[in-house]
Amino acid sequence: MAKSDVKVLGAWPSPFVMRPRIALNIKSVDYEFLQETFGSKSELLLKSNPVHKKIPVLIHGDKPVCESLIIVEYIDEVWSSAPSILPSNPYDRATARFWASYVDEKLFPSMKEIVSADGEEAKKAAIQVVVDGLVLLEDAYAKCSKGGKFFGGEQIGYLDIAFGSYVGWLRVTEKFNQVKLLDEAKTPGLVKWAEAFCAHPAVKDVMPETDKLAEFAKVLAKARAAPPPK
Amino acid sequence: MAEEVKLFGVWASPLSRRVEIALKMKGVKYEYIEEDLSNKSQLLLKYNPVHKKIPVLVHNGKPIAESLVIIEYIDETWKHNPILPQHPYDRALARFWAKFIDEKCLTVLWNSIWSKGKEREAAIEEASEHLKTLENELGDKKFFGGEEIGLVDIAAIFIGFWLGACQELSGLELLTEDKFPKLCKWIHEYVNHTAIKENLPPKDKLIEAMSARFGAASK
Repeated sequence: MAKSDVKVLGAWPSPFVMRPRIALNIKSVDYEFLQETFGSKSELLLKSNPVHKKIPVLIHGDKPVCESLIIVEYIDEVWSSAPSILPSNPYDRATARFWASYVDEKLFPSMKEIVSADGEEAKKAAIQVVVDGLVLLEDAYAKCSKGGKFFGGEQIGYLDIAFGSYVGWLRVTEKFNQVKLLDEAKTPGLVKWAEAFCAHPAVKDVMPETDKLAEFAKVLAKARAAPPPK
Repeated sequence: MAEEVKLFGVWASPLSRRVEIALKMKGVKYEYIEEDLSNKSQLLLKYNPVHKKIPVLVHNGKPIAESLVIIEYIDETWKHNPILPQHPYDRALARFWAKFIDEKCLTVLWNSIWSKGKEREAAIEEASEHLKTLENELGDKKFFGGEEIGLVDIAAIFIGFWLGACQELSGLELLTEDKFPKLCKWIHEYVNHTAIKENLPPKDKLIEAMSARFGAASK
């Protein structure tokens, strides 16, 4: 398929944008990565995702697909030859979707709480919430991996992509708060998993370096603190 | 092995009813266990330790939680009378709109009814916008799923039934025929659909229960 037939609209720092890119890499599908300029939304984005006006958007031919995990499922269904991204068994698929939903609806908001927490006590409490969530995921990892390196077993899969896309931001949070979130003592499985995930060929060129992401986080914080443009 | 399907739910919960509709569409026999949310059963806590919420489907001893995850599981396990479309692009669209309803519509609709003052005004405005979006998406189709109900119709159960009950209770006129003729026509088809009408709680009991639980809503 010609490269221009598949486009991903996004931005390099976004964990959500990483997801379709990793999925396309797993399937060895060439795509054009169209980066949005920070602080503005392109005509193409507004036209392709009029409801949410958010990245990522996958444009396949002329059809836009929105919402990162929905895009990942779409990629798995369209390019249906191996390697598969979703597990083959319906129960394992439900388990993967359950934890992906948990990561988006509980874990990520709890990570954001650390940033907005005011004062030492509040920060400590917010950090504890994230750690507690990661301990649940450690348990899920033990069950889902079935002895393999990844949540998907021997191969990376849907839940690896969903959760793994946050590893960069987890590391930035660890750096800024001088704390270990993925910790040898409490989450030894996840520590190994995170390394294996980031080193995976489908991931390594798409996962930003922690330092680069940390710099971006500072830019983002400044932009949010600044008064809105007139 | 005999198939064993159990559903832990709450009679007044739209999320619990979503799963029942899906099971009814597939003709799957199941045991229904009514939970008391003020006194959750040991089984519920065992089957959904992460969220401790209903609905939970237990299939041959294996629990699945989160209503939309459960519905996809049901669709993949019992393949006749499909709930999701066949084509990947249509499936992506169905999932998109189901997610839109869950993430954008439900909280804001709830706040339109139950919150007060400026918060309520803002919720009503946002809810109107989202209902307009759904009105456009529905267009002239009989159901969001086309000729037959699908994932999005099941996901929209709050709009299909609960919202009407809440509007009666509170006097809120958000989803009206003059503003949303297509959605109102859809509601009429929806509540009369065979897989749905037997799965809805009695309206008067629902209104009574909501009044008792959430107090008087501002008129």
